[in-house]
Amino acid sequence: MNVIIVGCGRVGGFLAGLLDSEGHRVSVVDIASTSPARAERAWFQHLPTSFKGETILGDGTDLEVLRQAGIERADALLALTEGDNRNLMAAQIAQKIFGVKQVIAKVNDPVRAQTYREMGINTFSRTTILGTLLHAMLQEDREVGEVLMRKALAHEADMVNEPLKAPVKAR
Amino acid sequence: MYFVVAGAGEVGFHLSQALLESGHEVTIIEADRRRANFVQERLGSIVMNAPADEGRAQMEAGCSRADALIAVTGDDAKNLVICQLAKIRCRTPRVIARVNNPKNEIVFKTLGIDETISSTRVLMNVIEQELPSGGFMPLMSLAGSANELIEAEIAIGTPPAGKSVGSLRLPSGALVGGIIRKGKLMHADDDTKLEVGDRVMVFSPTASESEVRKALMG
Repeated sequence: MNVIIVGCGRVGGFLAGLLDSEGHRVSVVDIASTSPARAERAWFQHLPTSFKGETILGDGTDLEVLRQAGIERADALLALTEGDNRNLMAAQIAQKIFGVKQVIAKVNDPVRAQTYREMGINTFSRTTILGTLLHAMLQEDREVGEVLMRKALAHEADMVNEPLKAPVKAR
Repeated sequence: MYFVVAGAGEVGFHLSQALLESGHEVTIIEADRRRANFVQERLGSIVMNAPADEGRAQMEAGCSRADALIAVTGDDAKNLVICQLAKIRCRTPRVIARVNNPKNEIVFKTLGIDETISSTRVLMNVIEQELPSGGFMPLMSLAGSANELIEAEIAIGTPPAGKSVGSLRLPSGALVGGIIRKGKLMHADDDTKLEVGDRVMVFSPTASESEVRKALMG
Protein backbone atom coordinates (compact mmCIF):
# COMPACT_ATOMS: atom_id res chain seq x y z
CA MET A 1 0.00 0.00 0.00
CA ASN A 2 1.18 3.56 -0.74
CA VAL A 3 0.53 5.70 2.31
CA ILE A 4 1.05 9.40 2.95
CA ILE A 5 1.24 10.65 6.50
CA VAL A 6 0.86 14.39 7.02
CA GLY A 7 2.23 15.51 10.38
CA CYS A 8 5.16 13.68 11.88
CA GLY A 9 4.69 14.11 15.60
CA ARG A 10 4.79 11.20 17.99
CA VAL A 11 1.73 9.48 16.53
CA GLY A 12 2.67 10.14 12.90
CA GLY A 13 6.24 8.95 13.43
CA PHE A 14 5.09 5.86 15.28
CA LEU A 15 2.58 4.87 12.62
CA ALA A 16 5.00 5.62 9.77
CA GLY A 17 7.55 3.29 11.38
CA LEU A 18 4.97 0.58 11.89
CA LEU A 19 3.69 0.65 8.29
CA ASP A 20 7.21 0.90 6.90
CA SER A 21 8.32 -2.17 8.85
CA GLU A 22 5.37 -4.06 7.39
CA GLY A 23 6.63 -3.29 3.89
CA HIS A 24 4.27 -0.48 2.87
CA ARG A 25 5.54 2.50 0.91
CA VAL A 26 5.27 5.47 3.24
CA SER A 27 5.83 9.19 2.57
CA VAL A 28 5.85 11.53 5.53
CA VAL A 29 5.10 15.25 5.16
CA ASP A 30 5.86 17.71 7.91
CA ILE A 31 5.80 21.48 7.85
CA ALA A 32 8.98 23.50 8.07
CA SER A 33 8.21 25.04 11.42
CA THR A 34 9.28 28.60 12.01
CA SER A 35 9.10 28.31 15.78
CA PRO A 36 12.64 28.42 17.17
CA ALA A 37 11.79 25.82 19.80
CA ARG A 38 11.17 23.26 17.07
CA ALA A 39 13.77 24.43 14.60
CA GLU A 40 16.43 23.52 17.14
CA ARG A 41 15.43 19.90 16.93
CA ALA A 42 15.80 17.67 13.92
CA TRP A 43 12.86 17.36 11.52
CA PHE A 44 11.25 13.96 11.60
CA GLN A 45 12.89 13.12 14.90
CA HIS A 46 10.04 10.80 15.77
CA LEU A 47 10.73 8.44 12.87
CA PRO A 48 12.59 5.26 13.79
CA THR A 49 16.15 4.95 12.44
CA SER A 50 15.08 1.98 10.35
CA PHE A 51 12.54 4.09 8.37
CA LYS A 52 13.08 3.58 4.63
CA GLY A 53 10.27 5.77 3.30
CA GLU A 54 10.36 9.34 2.02
CA THR A 55 10.36 12.50 4.09
CA ILE A 56 9.09 15.73 2.59
CA LEU A 57 9.46 19.09 4.29
CA GLY A 58 6.43 21.23 3.41
CA ASP A 59 2.83 22.19 4.02
CA GLY A 60 0.51 19.18 3.80
CA THR A 61 -2.35 21.35 2.51
CA ASP A 62 -0.30 22.48 -0.50
CA LEU A 63 -1.18 20.61 -3.70
CA GLU A 64 2.41 20.70 -4.97
CA VAL A 65 3.82 19.30 -1.74
CA LEU A 66 1.22 16.52 -1.79
CA ARG A 67 2.07 15.71 -5.41
CA GLN A 68 5.71 15.52 -4.42
CA ALA A 69 4.72 13.04 -1.73
CA GLY A 70 3.14 10.91 -4.45
CA ILE A 71 -0.53 11.58 -3.72
CA GLU A 72 -1.48 10.71 -7.29
CA ARG A 73 -0.71 7.05 -6.63
CA ALA A 74 -1.49 6.97 -2.90
CA ASP A 75 -3.94 4.43 -1.51
CA ALA A 76 -4.34 6.21 1.80
CA LEU A 77 -3.64 9.54 3.46
CA LEU A 78 -3.58 10.14 7.20
CA ALA A 79 -3.66 13.73 8.45
CA LEU A 80 -2.15 13.76 11.93
CA THR A 81 -0.85 17.28 12.54
CA GLU A 82 -1.64 19.19 15.71
CA GLY A 83 -4.19 21.34 13.88
CA ASP A 84 -7.73 19.99 13.42
CA ASN A 85 -8.38 22.41 10.56
CA ARG A 86 -5.19 21.61 8.71
CA ASN A 87 -5.98 17.91 9.03
CA LEU A 88 -9.49 18.42 7.68
CA MET A 89 -8.20 20.48 4.76
CA ALA A 90 -5.49 17.96 3.85
CA ALA A 91 -7.95 15.07 4.10
CA GLN A 92 -10.52 16.80 1.90
CA ILE A 93 -7.90 17.70 -0.72
CA ALA A 94 -6.80 14.06 -0.79
CA GLN A 95 -10.33 12.75 -1.13
CA LYS A 96 -12.06 15.36 -3.31
CA ILE A 97 -9.21 16.56 -5.52
CA PHE A 98 -6.94 13.52 -5.81
CA GLY A 99 -9.52 10.78 -5.24
CA VAL A 100 -7.51 8.97 -2.55
CA LYS A 101 -9.64 6.03 -1.40
CA GLN A 102 -8.84 5.88 2.28
CA VAL A 103 -8.52 9.15 4.13
CA ILE A 104 -8.35 9.61 7.88
CA ALA A 105 -8.04 12.89 9.77
CA LYS A 106 -7.22 13.38 13.40
CA VAL A 107 -9.71 15.89 14.74
CA ASN A 108 -9.62 16.47 18.46
CA ASP A 109 -12.81 18.54 18.62
CA PRO A 110 -15.62 15.94 18.77
CA VAL A 111 -18.13 18.29 17.11
CA ARG A 112 -15.94 18.84 14.09
CA ALA A 113 -15.05 15.13 14.03
CA GLN A 114 -18.71 14.17 13.82
CA THR A 115 -19.66 16.83 11.28
CA TYR A 116 -16.98 15.80 8.81
CA ARG A 117 -17.62 12.10 9.35
CA GLU A 118 -21.16 12.76 8.19
CA MET A 119 -19.64 14.44 5.12
CA GLY A 120 -17.74 11.27 4.32
CA ILE A 121 -14.33 12.17 5.74
CA ASN A 122 -13.11 9.51 8.10
CA THR A 123 -12.22 11.26 11.33
CA PHE A 124 -11.24 10.25 14.81
CA SER A 125 -11.01 12.34 17.90
CA ARG A 126 -8.24 11.61 20.38
CA THR A 127 -10.48 13.08 23.03
CA THR A 128 -13.25 10.51 22.63
CA ILE A 129 -11.06 7.53 21.68
CA LEU A 130 -8.67 7.94 24.56
CA GLY A 131 -11.45 8.83 26.96
CA THR A 132 -13.51 5.79 25.94
CA LEU A 133 -10.51 3.51 26.19
CA LEU A 134 -9.62 4.72 29.67
CA HIS A 135 -13.23 4.36 30.71
CA ALA A 136 -13.34 0.80 29.37
CA MET A 137 -10.10 -0.07 31.15
CA LEU A 138 -11.40 1.30 34.42
CA GLN A 139 -14.71 -0.39 34.54
CA GLU A 140 -17.25 -2.57 32.91
CA ASP A 141 -15.43 -3.42 29.69
CA ARG A 142 -11.95 -4.62 30.69
CA GLU A 143 -11.56 -6.75 27.56
CA VAL A 144 -11.61 -3.89 25.05
CA GLY A 145 -8.91 -2.10 26.95
CA GLU A 146 -6.79 -5.18 27.48
CA VAL A 147 -6.58 -6.22 23.82
CA LEU A 148 -5.58 -2.74 22.78
CA MET A 149 -3.11 -2.30 25.60
CA ARG A 150 -1.48 -5.65 24.83
CA LYS A 151 -0.89 -4.59 21.21
CA ALA A 152 0.29 -1.15 22.21
CA LEU A 153 2.73 -2.51 24.79
CA ALA A 154 4.19 -4.90 22.20
CA HIS A 155 4.82 -2.00 19.80
CA GLU A 156 6.29 -0.03 22.64
CA ALA A 157 8.75 -2.83 23.41
CA ASP A 158 9.85 -2.84 19.74
CA MET A 159 10.45 0.87 19.88
CA VAL A 160 12.50 0.66 23.06
CA ASN A 161 14.67 -2.09 21.60
CA GLU A 162 15.39 -0.22 18.43
CA PRO A 163 18.97 1.07 18.00
CA LEU A 164 19.49 4.66 19.06
CA LYS A 165 19.93 7.46 16.57
CA ALA A 166 23.11 9.50 16.63
CA PRO A 167 22.38 12.33 19.05
CA VAL A 168 21.48 15.67 17.49
CA LYS A 169 24.18 18.19 18.26
CA ALA A 170 23.09 21.18 20.27
CA ARG A 171 24.04 24.51 18.73
CA MET B 1 -28.78 42.21 7.17
CA TYR B 2 -27.11 40.14 9.87
CA PHE B 3 -23.44 39.24 9.42
CA VAL B 4 -21.19 37.03 11.49
CA VAL B 5 -17.53 37.94 11.07
CA ALA B 6 -15.02 35.27 12.14
CA GLY B 7 -11.68 36.76 13.12
CA ALA B 8 -11.06 40.28 14.44
CA GLY B 9 -7.68 41.01 12.94
CA GLU B 10 -7.17 44.14 10.86
CA VAL B 11 -9.43 42.83 8.10
CA GLY B 12 -12.19 41.63 10.43
CA PHE B 13 -12.11 44.79 12.50
CA HIS B 14 -12.37 47.25 9.62
CA LEU B 15 -14.84 45.10 7.72
CA SER B 16 -17.12 44.96 10.77
CA GLN B 17 -16.82 48.68 11.27
CA ALA B 18 -17.81 49.30 7.65
CA LEU B 19 -20.77 46.91 7.91
CA LEU B 20 -21.98 48.61 11.09
CA GLU B 21 -21.67 52.03 9.50
CA SER B 22 -23.87 50.91 6.62
CA GLY B 23 -26.54 49.93 9.14
CA HIS B 24 -26.04 46.16 9.32
CA GLU B 25 -26.11 43.99 12.40
CA VAL B 26 -22.77 42.32 13.14
CA THR B 27 -21.36 39.76 15.54
CA ILE B 28 -17.60 39.22 15.59
CA ILE B 29 -16.08 35.97 16.86
CA GLU B 30 -12.48 36.28 18.05
CA ALA B 31 -10.51 33.62 19.92
CA ASP B 32 -7.87 35.92 21.41
CA ARG B 33 -9.22 37.57 24.56
CA ARG B 34 -7.07 40.69 24.39
CA ARG B 35 -7.89 41.31 20.76
CA ALA B 36 -11.58 40.70 21.49
CA ASN B 37 -11.49 43.30 24.30
CA PHE B 38 -9.65 45.77 22.07
CA VAL B 39 -12.30 45.53 19.37
CA GLN B 40 -15.15 45.55 21.88
CA GLU B 41 -13.89 48.86 23.29
CA ARG B 42 -14.07 50.40 19.83
CA LEU B 43 -17.12 48.82 18.24
CA GLY B 44 -19.33 48.06 21.23
CA SER B 45 -20.51 44.79 22.71
CA ILE B 46 -20.78 42.85 19.49
CA VAL B 47 -17.70 40.71 20.07
CA MET B 48 -17.79 37.09 21.18
CA ASN B 49 -14.60 35.75 22.72
CA ALA B 50 -14.58 32.18 21.39
CA PRO B 51 -12.92 30.02 18.74
CA ALA B 52 -14.92 30.51 15.52
CA ASP B 53 -13.98 27.06 14.24
CA GLU B 54 -16.04 25.37 16.93
CA GLY B 55 -19.66 24.53 16.20
CA ARG B 56 -20.90 25.72 19.55
CA ALA B 57 -19.46 29.23 19.16
CA GLN B 58 -21.12 29.53 15.76
CA MET B 59 -24.49 28.50 17.18
CA GLU B 60 -24.15 31.02 20.00
CA ALA B 61 -23.23 33.75 17.52
CA GLY B 62 -26.50 33.04 15.72
CA CYS B 63 -25.07 31.68 12.49
CA SER B 64 -28.36 29.90 11.84
CA ARG B 65 -30.20 33.21 11.49
CA ALA B 66 -27.32 35.11 9.88
CA ASP B 67 -27.61 36.21 6.27
CA ALA B 68 -23.90 35.62 5.78
CA LEU B 69 -20.77 34.47 7.55
CA ILE B 70 -17.42 35.92 6.56
CA ALA B 71 -14.26 34.10 7.69
CA VAL B 72 -11.29 36.46 7.63
CA THR B 73 -8.64 34.94 9.90
CA GLY B 74 -5.05 34.73 8.68
CA ASP B 75 -5.22 30.93 8.51
CA ASP B 76 -6.65 29.40 5.32
CA ALA B 77 -7.39 25.97 6.79
CA LYS B 78 -9.28 27.64 9.63
CA ASN B 79 -11.28 29.84 7.25
CA LEU B 80 -12.21 26.77 5.21
CA VAL B 81 -13.44 24.82 8.23
CA ILE B 82 -15.30 27.84 9.69
CA CYS B 83 -17.20 28.24 6.41
CA GLN B 84 -17.92 24.54 5.97
CA LEU B 85 -19.17 24.20 9.56
CA ALA B 86 -21.46 27.22 9.22
CA LYS B 87 -22.80 25.93 5.92
CA ILE B 88 -23.45 22.39 7.17
CA ARG B 89 -24.33 22.76 10.84
CA CYS B 90 -26.00 26.18 10.88
CA ARG B 91 -27.21 26.27 7.27
CA THR B 92 -25.93 29.82 6.92
CA PRO B 93 -27.13 30.74 3.41
CA ARG B 94 -23.98 32.57 2.34
CA VAL B 95 -20.43 31.92 3.46
CA ILE B 96 -17.40 33.89 2.30
CA ALA B 97 -13.80 32.91 2.98
CA ARG B 98 -10.69 35.03 2.94
CA VAL B 99 -7.93 33.17 1.14
CA ASN B 100 -4.43 34.19 2.14
CA ASN B 101 -2.59 31.92 -0.29
CA PRO B 102 -4.07 32.64 -3.76
CA LYS B 103 -3.40 29.02 -4.74
CA ASN B 104 -6.13 27.99 -2.31
CA GLU B 105 -8.92 29.79 -4.20
CA ILE B 106 -9.42 26.83 -6.50
CA VAL B 107 -9.07 24.37 -3.61
CA PHE B 108 -11.83 26.15 -1.67
CA LYS B 109 -14.11 26.09 -4.72
CA THR B 110 -13.61 22.37 -5.17
CA LEU B 111 -14.42 21.85 -1.49
CA GLY B 112 -17.73 23.71 -1.77
CA ILE B 113 -16.81 27.26 -0.73
CA ASP B 114 -17.65 29.29 -3.83
CA GLU B 115 -17.06 32.78 -2.55
CA THR B 116 -13.49 33.61 -1.73
CA ILE B 117 -11.56 36.85 -1.42
CA SER B 118 -7.84 36.81 -1.89
CA SER B 119 -6.22 40.00 -0.69
CA THR B 120 -3.08 39.07 -2.58
CA ARG B 121 -5.04 38.78 -5.80
CA VAL B 122 -6.94 42.01 -5.21
CA LEU B 123 -3.65 43.82 -4.58
CA MET B 124 -2.07 42.24 -7.64
CA ASN B 125 -4.99 43.37 -9.77
CA VAL B 126 -4.75 46.92 -8.44
CA ILE B 127 -1.02 47.00 -9.08
CA GLU B 128 -1.40 45.56 -12.56
CA GLN B 129 -4.04 48.16 -13.36
CA GLU B 130 -1.67 50.91 -12.27
CA LEU B 131 1.19 49.59 -14.37
CA PRO B 132 1.47 51.08 -17.87
CA SER B 133 2.00 47.64 -19.43
CA GLY B 134 -1.77 47.24 -19.60
CA GLY B 135 -2.58 43.95 -21.17
CA PHE B 136 -4.76 41.33 -19.64
CA MET B 137 -6.29 41.72 -16.16
CA PRO B 138 -8.92 39.70 -14.38
CA LEU B 139 -10.61 42.56 -12.46
CA MET B 140 -12.91 40.73 -10.07
CA SER B 141 -14.77 37.51 -9.52
CA LEU B 142 -18.54 37.81 -9.63
CA ALA B 143 -20.23 36.92 -6.34
CA GLY B 144 -22.21 33.72 -6.20
CA SER B 145 -21.05 32.34 -9.52
CA ALA B 146 -17.88 30.92 -11.00
CA ASN B 147 -17.52 33.89 -13.33
CA GLU B 148 -15.27 36.88 -13.48
CA LEU B 149 -14.82 40.23 -15.18
CA ILE B 150 -11.68 40.63 -17.31
CA GLU B 151 -10.22 43.73 -18.90
CA ALA B 152 -7.93 43.33 -21.87
CA GLU B 153 -6.18 45.98 -23.92
CA ILE B 154 -5.93 45.35 -27.65
CA ALA B 155 -2.29 45.63 -28.67
CA ILE B 156 -0.68 46.19 -32.10
CA GLY B 157 -0.19 43.04 -34.10
CA THR B 158 -2.52 40.84 -32.06
CA PRO B 159 -5.25 38.84 -33.82
CA PRO B 160 -8.24 40.96 -32.66
CA ALA B 161 -6.81 44.33 -33.79
CA GLY B 162 -9.01 45.60 -36.63
CA LYS B 163 -11.36 42.62 -36.40
CA SER B 164 -14.98 42.64 -35.26
CA VAL B 165 -16.15 41.53 -31.84
CA GLY B 166 -18.14 38.74 -33.47
CA SER B 167 -15.00 37.19 -34.93
CA LEU B 168 -13.24 36.86 -31.57
CA ARG B 169 -12.59 33.23 -30.71
CA LEU B 170 -13.96 33.49 -27.19
CA PRO B 171 -14.75 30.31 -25.24
CA SER B 172 -18.41 29.43 -24.76
CA GLY B 173 -20.01 31.30 -21.90
CA ALA B 174 -17.77 34.35 -22.34
CA LEU B 175 -19.26 37.61 -23.58
CA VAL B 176 -18.05 41.11 -24.31
CA GLY B 177 -19.79 43.60 -22.01
CA GLY B 178 -18.43 46.78 -23.48
CA ILE B 179 -15.37 48.64 -24.69
CA ILE B 180 -13.52 51.58 -23.27
CA ARG B 181 -12.20 53.60 -26.23
CA LYS B 182 -10.21 56.78 -25.57
CA GLY B 183 -11.59 56.91 -22.03
CA LYS B 184 -15.22 56.52 -23.08
CA LEU B 185 -17.36 53.50 -22.35
CA MET B 186 -19.14 52.25 -25.44
CA HIS B 187 -21.54 49.51 -26.34
CA ALA B 188 -20.17 46.55 -28.27
CA ASP B 189 -22.05 44.21 -30.58
CA ASP B 190 -20.81 41.55 -32.98
CA ASP B 191 -20.13 44.12 -35.73
CA THR B 192 -18.10 46.53 -33.59
CA LYS B 193 -14.55 46.74 -34.98
CA LEU B 194 -11.81 46.56 -32.35
CA GLU B 195 -9.08 49.20 -32.50
CA VAL B 196 -5.60 49.15 -31.03
CA GLY B 197 -5.78 50.64 -27.52
CA ASP B 198 -9.37 49.54 -26.93
CA ARG B 199 -9.95 48.12 -23.47
CA VAL B 200 -12.38 45.25 -23.84
CA MET B 201 -14.47 44.21 -20.84
CA VAL B 202 -15.25 40.50 -20.92
CA PHE B 203 -17.46 38.47 -18.62
CA SER B 204 -16.24 34.91 -18.55
CA PRO B 205 -16.34 31.68 -16.58
CA THR B 206 -13.28 31.80 -14.31
CA ALA B 207 -12.18 28.41 -15.62
CA SER B 208 -11.95 29.75 -19.18
CA GLU B 209 -9.64 32.65 -18.32
CA SER B 210 -6.71 31.28 -20.30
CA GLU B 211 -8.83 30.84 -23.42
CA VAL B 212 -10.06 34.43 -23.16
CA ARG B 213 -6.46 35.54 -22.83
CA LYS B 214 -5.56 33.60 -25.97
CA ALA B 215 -8.46 35.08 -27.93
CA LEU B 216 -7.63 38.66 -27.01
CA MET B 217 -3.88 38.71 -26.61
CA GLY B 218 -2.89 36.16 -29.24
